[in-house]
Amino acid sequence: MANSVLAPVQERGRAALERLGLPTRRQEPWRLTDLKRLESMAALPLSADASGGSLPSSANGVLRVVLDGQADPLEGVTLPAGISALSEAELKQALGHTLDRCGCAESWPVEFNHARSRQVLALRIRGQVPPLELVLSGGEGLTATRVLLLLEEKASLDLLEVVLADGTNAHSHVIEAHLGQESQLRHGFLATSGGSASLLTHCAVEQEPRSSYAFTSVVQGWSLGRLEPRVVQVDGQASTTIKGLAVTSAEQQLATHTSVRFNGPEGELDQLQKCLAADRSHTIFNGAINVPREAQRTNAAQLSRNLLLSDRARVDTKPELEIVADDVRCAHGATVSQLQEDELFYLQSRGIGAADAAALLLRGACQEIIGQLPESAQVWSPLERVMEGLSS
Amino acid sequence: MIRPDAELLLDITDLHASVEDKPILKGVNLQVRAGEIHAVMGRNGSGKSTLSKVLAGHPAYRVTAGSVRYRGQDLFDLEPEDRARLGVFLGFQYPVEIPGVSNLEFLRVSTNARRDKQGQEELDTFDFEDHVREKLKVVQMDPAFLERSVNEGFSGGEKKRNEILQMALLEPVVAILDETDSGLDIDALRIVAGGVNQLATEDNATLLITHYQRLLDEITPDYVHVMAAGRILRTGGRELALELEETGYDWVDQELAAQGVA
Repeated sequence: MANSVLAPVQERGRAALERLGLPTRRQEPWRLTDLKRLESMAALPLSADASGGSLPSSANGVLRVVLDGQADPLEGVTLPAGISALSEAELKQALGHTLDRCGCAESWPVEFNHARSRQVLALRIRGQVPPLELVLSGGEGLTATRVLLLLEEKASLDLLEVVLADGTNAHSHVIEAHLGQESQLRHGFLATSGGSASLLTHCAVEQEPRSSYAFTSVVQGWSLGRLEPRVVQVDGQASTTIKGLAVTSAEQQLATHTSVRFNGPEGELDQLQKCLAADRSHTIFNGAINVPREAQRTNAAQLSRNLLLSDRARVDTKPELEIVADDVRCAHGATVSQLQEDELFYLQSRGIGAADAAALLLRGACQEIIGQLPESAQVWSPLERVMEGLSS
Repeated sequence: MIRPDAELLLDITDLHASVEDKPILKGVNLQVRAGEIHAVMGRNGSGKSTLSKVLAGHPAYRVTAGSVRYRGQDLFDLEPEDRARLGVFLGFQYPVEIPGVSNLEFLRVSTNARRDKQGQEELDTFDFEDHVREKLKVVQMDPAFLERSVNEGFSGGEKKRNEILQMALLEPVVAILDETDSGLDIDALRIVAGGVNQLATEDNATLLITHYQRLLDEITPDYVHVMAAGRILRTGGRELALELEETGYDWVDQELAAQGVA
């Protein structure tokens, strides 16, 4: 069914990639990116087999849908009341709308996904529905997945996306969500890998007034990782929360580019990005906040906290605030530090050995974000996954 | 309680220490026996806090001369965590906030590290909850603080109560309390001091580092030492603290000048 809608999208993506070529370091959003790794990723063939890994049982009452980029994700799935698949006509109308509104429909990672995606999971959400878990997992090569969610007025959804990839495989993922008035979306994104795989994720969200969007991302273990959450509050008066944890080790590079735009008054943003870089790894954070003239009485706060776990690790962090409205509160801050000697000593002075003290501090630093993932994330043992990646 | 035949717990001899190559301690001598409560007083910069941190093993402080024996053992052979496990406790002047680390979990790991060394069984999560609830009474602390991150968002008084709670859990042999009274209102001071009094036995000893006599209204010391310029300048009984309250520290300058130090 989706094919008739996706065929022109794929065509458009392929044409765009041809026109754009690969990003270059002269382009600001790619200035710090390891483009060799991006090139290798782009050259990977599309995955043709399903992932063989076994999944933990999902939490009680959670609807799990597996997206491998090939099979129809809804085959064999009974959707509960309140969740329905979009018709072809609806899909045709809605697909790409939010990407356009967020101004990212023509960005390279999105066009790349356009060219590669062969399936789209498109759902309409009405009222309060059971938690939804999307497992994004392909086989050898590149897996491309695409999701579209339309939350109707006053709808409420807890969504957890889990990306799994191993070896030198790669994953491209694009999700669009439209939040109707007074709707609520709690969106958890957990992406961990063995250290050599690549990930490009684009997440575009459009918020109507009085809607609430809470995004929590936990990303660890990607040779090349890029996460781009983009939110537009179309008429202001909405609430956005973005909490991110990015953890790298070995020679990994992980970039988080967030963008929040307030197109109306009295919008709120609470953002915390934490990056932990070990060994010779590199984390990048770019946090754009856009407050045009019509966005009076916006209340936004952005904090970027970074922990360097080795002398050779690298952290780049940049707030990017564009404020035209005059009656706004827009706080931002960034810190880069090592594990604090005083914190370590405090724990040691209570009988906790130096290595255990350091591990406890790291767990604490990660837990601050991981604790905000939807409840259903527990079956994936997110803290253990992240800590394992750090200690290996 | 002074008993000359009680075990010598802490024997500090001619202790010199520096921070960032700046000498702070310049020959401290002090003996602490079981059952005793010592107060170390002195002005800012006299070396009181440095003494407490050196005893606990803070990495920023370097011992340049002298020795400290703890129950006959060279204290400086031990890592900070081993000192704690063997019963040396430092109550921090500024307890550190650790976001994301649950206070309850921290207290449990810490308590078990000490219990293991004492040959006691480790407590699992359930047994520890019962154990800690009993100890909360020592400082009249709200159990809600167990669920929060270590010291995060605690008021000054709550942080100090959390320190004394840790002391109650770790059952130290030598407790060094660095300005535990600072930043406390009179009610909080009484609660914290009451906790310290409850925990003092004839088998352990307490070293109170303080600026003010008011803590000593609540906890009666057996000895009062006045530190200045990195040494103990004078030692007396409780009356020395009262005298300081009246005369201040001006005599310290005169005495140092007479010795050619200042």
